[in-house]
Amino acid sequence: MIVFDQVQKSYQVDGRAIPALHPTDMTIENGEVFGIVGHSGAGKSTLVRLINLLEPPTGGDILIDGENITRYGAAELRAFRRKVGMIFQHFNLLSSKTVSDNIAFPMKLAGIYSKAEIRDRVQELLARVSLTDHATKYPSQLSGGQKQRVGIARALACRPTILLCDEATSALDPQTTQSVLRLLSEINKELGLTIVLITHEMDVVRRVCDRVAVMDGGRVVEMGPVSEVFLHPKHPTTRDFVFESENIDGQELQEDLQKASGRILRLTFKGESTYQPLLGSVARASGVDFSILSGRIDHIKDTPYGQLTLSLVGGDLGAAMNALEAADVHVEVVR
Amino acid sequence: MEALLSNVDWPEIGIASWDTLVMVGMSLLFSVLAGLPIGVLLFLTGKRQLLEQPVAYAVLSFVVNVLRSVPFIILLIVMIPFTVMLIGTSLGVAGAIPPLVAGGAPFFARLVETSLREVDRGIIEATQAMGANVRQIIFGALLPEALPGIIAGITVTAITLVSYAAMSGVIGGGGLGDLAIRFGYQRFQTDVMVITVALLVIFVQVLQMVGDRLVLYFSRK
Repeated sequence: MIVFDQVQKSYQVDGRAIPALHPTDMTIENGEVFGIVGHSGAGKSTLVRLINLLEPPTGGDILIDGENITRYGAAELRAFRRKVGMIFQHFNLLSSKTVSDNIAFPMKLAGIYSKAEIRDRVQELLARVSLTDHATKYPSQLSGGQKQRVGIARALACRPTILLCDEATSALDPQTTQSVLRLLSEINKELGLTIVLITHEMDVVRRVCDRVAVMDGGRVVEMGPVSEVFLHPKHPTTRDFVFESENIDGQELQEDLQKASGRILRLTFKGESTYQPLLGSVARASGVDFSILSGRIDHIKDTPYGQLTLSLVGGDLGAAMNALEAADVHVEVVR
Repeated sequence: MEALLSNVDWPEIGIASWDTLVMVGMSLLFSVLAGLPIGVLLFLTGKRQLLEQPVAYAVLSFVVNVLRSVPFIILLIVMIPFTVMLIGTSLGVAGAIPPLVAGGAPFFARLVETSLREVDRGIIEATQAMGANVRQIIFGALLPEALPGIIAGITVTAITLVSYAAMSGVIGGGGLGDLAIRFGYQRFQTDVMVITVALLVIFVQVLQMVGDRLVLYFSRK
C-alpha cells in the first residue's frame, strides 16, 4: 500500500519556491492499477517520481507498506528502488547494450544474483514479453512497441512489487498502445503487482485502471473508481478529459442540445443492464417518444457500459424515469 | 628522384617518425588516463548533475581553461622546469611528453565532459530508478553510452597531439617536427620539409580513419 500523507513538492527557481505538488493525501492499494491523469505540467510526473524518491518531497510522508521511505538512508533507498520497477515514455534503454543485457542490467546492479540466475530470469522475461527472438539485438533495431516491452521486462527483472509507468504509451501508435496496455493488465493480474500509471489520455485509464486521480495545477482535483470518475465527472478538468477521449466537442454538444425538444436525459448503463432491451419497453409502457442525441457503448476495464443522451417528448416522463432507475440505470436530467 | 630528394637521410626520417609515434602514443595514453577522470568529474559536478558541486566545478573548470588557453608553444617553454624536475631532462622524446600531456589532458577532459552531457538524461534517471549508486551509474551506464563520443574525442586528441608533438621540435623535442625545423627550416632543405609534412599528413589520415571505424563499430544508435 502506498500512502501519501500531506506530501508536497516545490522547486527553487531564482530563490522562490515554485510548487509542483500541493500537499496531497492519497492511498494506493496493493494490487490495483492506479491511473493519474493530467495535462503536461499538472504535476503528475512529479507525483510518480515521488513514489521512488527520484524526486524527494519537500514536505509530508510517503509510506510504503507502512515504512516511511522519506527517512531512508542512501543504501536503504537503493535497496527499496530495486523493488519498484519503472518504465518510461521514451523507454530509456541503454543503446550500448543488447536486449538481453538491458533486461539483465538491474539484476547485475543489485549484485545479489548469480550468473545462472540472471540468465534464467532473462530468458523467462524475454518469453513473457514475446521477444525471445530479439535477445541479441540492440534497441535501435527494435520498433517502439518492442522497446517498451524490453522496458517492461527490465522493470520486472528484480521482481518488484510496484510498477511505475511514466507516460508509457504516449510515444506509441494506437495499436501498439493497446498491446502494451494488455501486457500491463496481464502482469497486474498474474503477479499481483501494484501499477501506478500516469498518462494524459483518459482512454488509457479507461482500459486498464481500477481507480484514477485527476490532476490540475499541482493538485489532485478528483479521485475515485474509474467508472465513477469516467461516467460522472464532477470537476471541469475531468469533464474535459472525458470529452476529449470520446471525441466530443463540448460546444457542439451544447448546440445540439439546444436544438432538441422536450426533456433531455443522460442515461448511464453499467454491467449487465448494458445488454438489456430496456429503452423500447420503457417507451412503450410510458408512452414517451425518444430520440438519441449522442451515445457511446464501450468498456471500462472489463465492465461494459453505455451512456446515451436522449430527448424525450410526450407520455408519462416520471414513470419512464422510475422504470429506468428500477432497472439500475443511472438517470441524470440535463434539461 | 635521387637529385630531387638529395638532402633526405632516410634512416634519420625513420628514427624521427618512430620518435613522433612514441611521443604521440605515450602522451595520448597519459592524456586519456588523466583526462578521462577529469572529464567525468567536470560532468558530475556540473549544474543539475549527479554530484552538483558549484565550487569544485568552478575550480576544475578554471584549471582546465588555463591550460587550454595557453598557446602550446608557450606551454612547452613554461613547462621546462617542471619537466626537468619530473624526469630529469626537458630534451628529446621523454622531455616532450610532460608538456604534451599538460596540453592534451585538459583538451580531452572537455571532450569527455561534452560527450557525457550528450547521454540522454532519461538513461541516468532509469539507472537511478533501478537502485544504482553513482559508481554504477558512471561505469554501468554513462561511460558505455558515451563510448562512441569518447572514442571520437580520443581521435581528435591524438591528431592535436601530432601537431603539438611537431611543435615540440622547437625546444629540442625530437621527432618529425624537430627534423623539419632543423633541416627544412634552418638549413633550407625543402625536400626534408616536404617529406616530413607528407608523413605527418599520412599519420593524421590514418589516425582519423581508425578513429572513425572504431566510432562506427561502437555506435549502436
